[in-house]
Amino acid sequence: MAAELHVALVAADREVWSGEATLVVARTTSGDIGVMPGHQPLLGVLESGPVTIRTSEGGTVVAAVHGGFISFADNKLSLLAETAELSDEIDVQREERELERAQAEGDAIAERRADVRLRAAATR
Amino acid sequence: MGAQLRVYKRRIRSVTATKKITKAMEMIAASRVVKAQRKVAASTPYATELTRAVTAVGTGSNTKHPLTTQAETVVRSAVLLLTSDRGLAGAFNSNAIKAAEQLTARLEAEGKQVDTYIVGRRGLAHYNFRERKVAESWSGFTDEPTYADAKTVAAPLIEAIEKDTADGGVDEIHIVFTEFVSMMTQTALDDRLLPLSLDEVAKEAKPAGEILPLYDFEPSAEDVLDALLPRYVESRVYNALLQSAASKHAATRRAMKSATDNAGELIETLSRLANAARQAEITQEISEIVGGSAALADATAGSDR
Repeated sequence: MAAELHVALVAADREVWSGEATLVVARTTSGDIGVMPGHQPLLGVLESGPVTIRTSEGGTVVAAVHGGFISFADNKLSLLAETAELSDEIDVQREERELERAQAEGDAIAERRADVRLRAAATR
Repeated sequence: MGAQLRVYKRRIRSVTATKKITKAMEMIAASRVVKAQRKVAASTPYATELTRAVTAVGTGSNTKHPLTTQAETVVRSAVLLLTSDRGLAGAFNSNAIKAAEQLTARLEAEGKQVDTYIVGRRGLAHYNFRERKVAESWSGFTDEPTYADAKTVAAPLIEAIEKDTADGGVDEIHIVFTEFVSMMTQTALDDRLLPLSLDEVAKEAKPAGEILPLYDFEPSAEDVLDALLPRYVESRVYNALLQSAASKHAATRRAMKSATDNAGELIETLSRLANAARQAEITQEISEIVGGSAALADATAGSDR
């Protein structure tokens, strides 16, 4: 059996995804980081960006995560985010509209959010 | 229909209408308690993981951070009081307000200034009526608080604690909210949010002698703590808001249940009284008829003779 790590992706008000995975790639403030089973205990600050989880069944789960933390210890990985969406929960058309609106209004935060969501949605 | 009977009938009608309303409110509150409890449960994983992370940084590094170190002399403290927007919840709001006032008195006795922050119209009305100063207040979301609401509440608190006390900042933050123990028990309590006492947090986070691993911090322990603590405060405020909402609904349910029960009892007593009045009326009518006919019979019998 391949080594696995248990991943829990939790948003402030719900658990978004949890399960077994072989690799998790997330973007911290100092760059992308990939975590595989047996990684050193880690605690990092996440940038808003897509998180890629390679599940042990061979599938891939992509989520848009806006700020938060990654913590890994004892083969348990937690991704804490204030808001997080799985790629298939994202409404592409709505986000495209949102992106346009944000660009028009010069709302950098909303623009970044929409952009991250769209990029996460593009991978599915 | 006699006047007495009519009065009873009218009162029964009005009490029945009230009973219907309180019954409906009871059932609404009951369904909302369940929803609120579910929200508390849904927010738990985030809160637990966050507490774990805070403990890990706090105990695993020698970082000194303004949010974890106790000021030598506390000049000013902030008290955040969570009440509800609407009443009809028994002693829910007055208990929370009482707890806040006890806390304020205690802090003032220790020679600290107290800034009060209030959530919910009830608490605000109480303070405004007594013309007490309120640093900031929010209302309109106490029934179903969202994480965004918690963020708006937490923002000025975090800002205040990061400021120097000389510029109007605070040294510690206390929160007064109603803990949801069970459907029947909710207790108003106060808690110190900041500065964190890491020992207590640690006790909560790990049950029995679990040793936390040595973490690698990315980018650095200070940065992680900087980012973590505001989130920690927000999540604590969010949790308190959710618990207060659940408690409020439970208190409403209980208050409305006893109101419904009382209305039922009142209806019963009133219908007994109405029955007695009706019976008295009938008896009176019969005795009048009997008396009348007897008098008539006497009169005719007399004329016959």
